[in-house]
Amino acid sequence: MAGKKVTPGVLASFEHIDLACDTIRALRSKGRKDITVFYSHPSHELEEACGHKVSPVRLFTLIGGLTGTTAAFSMQIWMNRNWPVLVGGKPIVAIPAFVVIGFELTVLIGALCTLFGVFFLSTILRHKGVTYDGRFSDDRIGVFVPAGPDQAAAVEKMLKDSGAVEVQRAA
Amino acid sequence: MAVIAQPPPTQTHADVTRDVVGTLSPATKGYNLMLAGAVGLFLVGVVTFTLILKDGLGLAGYQPPIFWSVFITTFVFWVGIGHAGTLISAILFLFRSPWRTAVYRATEAMTVFAVMTAGLFPIIHIGRQWIFYWLLPYPNQRYLWPNFKSPLVWDVFAIGTYLTVSTLFLIFGLIPDVAAVRDKATGWRKQVYGALALNWQGSDNQWRHYSRAYLYLAALAAPLVLSVHSVVSWDFASSLIPGWHGTIFAPYFVAGAIYSGVGMVFTLLIPLRKHLKLEHMIGDYHFDNMSKLTLFTGTILFYAYGMEYFVAWYSGNTFEQTTFWRRAFGPMWWGGWAMIICNGLVSQLLWFRKVRVNLTALFVISIFINIGMWFERYVIINSLANDYVPYAWDNMVPTWADWGILAGSFGWFGMWFLLFAKNFPIVAIQEIKEFIPMPRKHAASAGHH
Repeated sequence: MAGKKVTPGVLASFEHIDLACDTIRALRSKGRKDITVFYSHPSHELEEACGHKVSPVRLFTLIGGLTGTTAAFSMQIWMNRNWPVLVGGKPIVAIPAFVVIGFELTVLIGALCTLFGVFFLSTILRHKGVTYDGRFSDDRIGVFVPAGPDQAAAVEKMLKDSGAVEVQRAA
Repeated sequence: MAVIAQPPPTQTHADVTRDVVGTLSPATKGYNLMLAGAVGLFLVGVVTFTLILKDGLGLAGYQPPIFWSVFITTFVFWVGIGHAGTLISAILFLFRSPWRTAVYRATEAMTVFAVMTAGLFPIIHIGRQWIFYWLLPYPNQRYLWPNFKSPLVWDVFAIGTYLTVSTLFLIFGLIPDVAAVRDKATGWRKQVYGALALNWQGSDNQWRHYSRAYLYLAALAAPLVLSVHSVVSWDFASSLIPGWHGTIFAPYFVAGAIYSGVGMVFTLLIPLRKHLKLEHMIGDYHFDNMSKLTLFTGTILFYAYGMEYFVAWYSGNTFEQTTFWRRAFGPMWWGGWAMIICNGLVSQLLWFRKVRVNLTALFVISIFINIGMWFERYVIINSLANDYVPYAWDNMVPTWADWGILAGSFGWFGMWFLLFAKNFPIVAIQEIKEFIPMPRKHAASAGHH
């Protein structure tokens, strides 16, 4: 991330999940909503400690899926009416025959919108310029607390007292 | 039936990262030889296809009344292979089945490459390959649109959606693992994996959206397993050919697809786990469960075979009865019996636990499954040989061009799979870690989740 603006703060590294969760809860009870927690795998315990609401990505899935269904049926109905060719004695607009493509496009556009939702939400809602350590994708849990020079010492002490195995300041 | 319990985790999170990232170490001589073999077979396919482009489809074994031949057989074979991957990665994810974690990445990669391979066949088969895009509904000069009442057009959408969604599902699941590789890599590899990790840091905000999205993607991919091969089966069942026109076709094809897919998983994973030194991660527990899945789908298939013959007899329809009589005792009797023996009978060996955990036996069975499932499609397509006009009857006679393209498809699939296995984590690091409890300072608070 060289050349990018770094948020001043303190980065703590934990080996024990219970200590990390307690620290996150303690910081949140003090009103700190701006902390960033790093972990290597999906963890309900850490998610609960972070206290997030359910991700709104489901809205993207729903809207994408409905768009797909509507687009598929509209396309098939319009194209069949636009150039009506009688096939196998079926009606020009044969809804049961259109269900397959209706289903496929529901899944396709639903999936594409879900992915778009993740990238959109992860980009706009993230705290920018936070410091990261490669060990957080391995076996450590990271807690980054933004703090100006006047707060850094107090935050550093709090994190050390909470059981962090390593605490470093980000400029 | 005896159950092998899930072994307790013996590794730490750091061990998992080290072992899986370790699989990306420089290639061995054996790996290079296999890759060279796959590329060689692929080149055979390229040369054959070039000759078909130059001289036309007449090089392949198309002759009246059989205009769907080895290419469509192989198309259905490869689409089927893909289904086990999505079943294991999406449906078993929704059922929270713990044994999927160690094997799902490999099966998901197999799915993507198998469907990529399958997608080539309709294009090779259509004759004028350079205008394959006529299948898509785009405005053209004559304002004609595809026939949306035809299963062949449904198939274009089904396969297109399946390839796109399974590819996205694979890539999406890979992102945190590629980030883990990035954090261990050095030099130019760090740059490459860094770019592929899409700025993933595993922050609480990223996981929050990611975990939810993964669930929804799995929920969207799960019905694809059932739908795609059903649509492929309707390519056959919605026509009036004896031997094709059956309502049993959709569940029969889906069960066969999963059966063939798990067979291919065995063929790929048994040598791969040894080569990549992952024996401690993929063991008896996983093979036992996959064997049970094979037994279950193989038994459905066996039932479907029996039911096809029964319905042909019970229907009293001469054409249907003749088709099935010829399938068992006609000039292609060996194909008809190959599918019953390789799929129906061989799968029944998996009732025995000793067979389910014997990897040599499983590997041999998996080869039978691959051969049997290819023959199943070959035999089904050969139903075209005996339609309503006995005057027109003939048999499928594949030529060197058919075999060249078939060999090329195995090369193409093998090449992508081998390249993937050596350059990306073939075992899902993040999901394995989910089942390994992190260390705790205070035992009193243990037991949460």
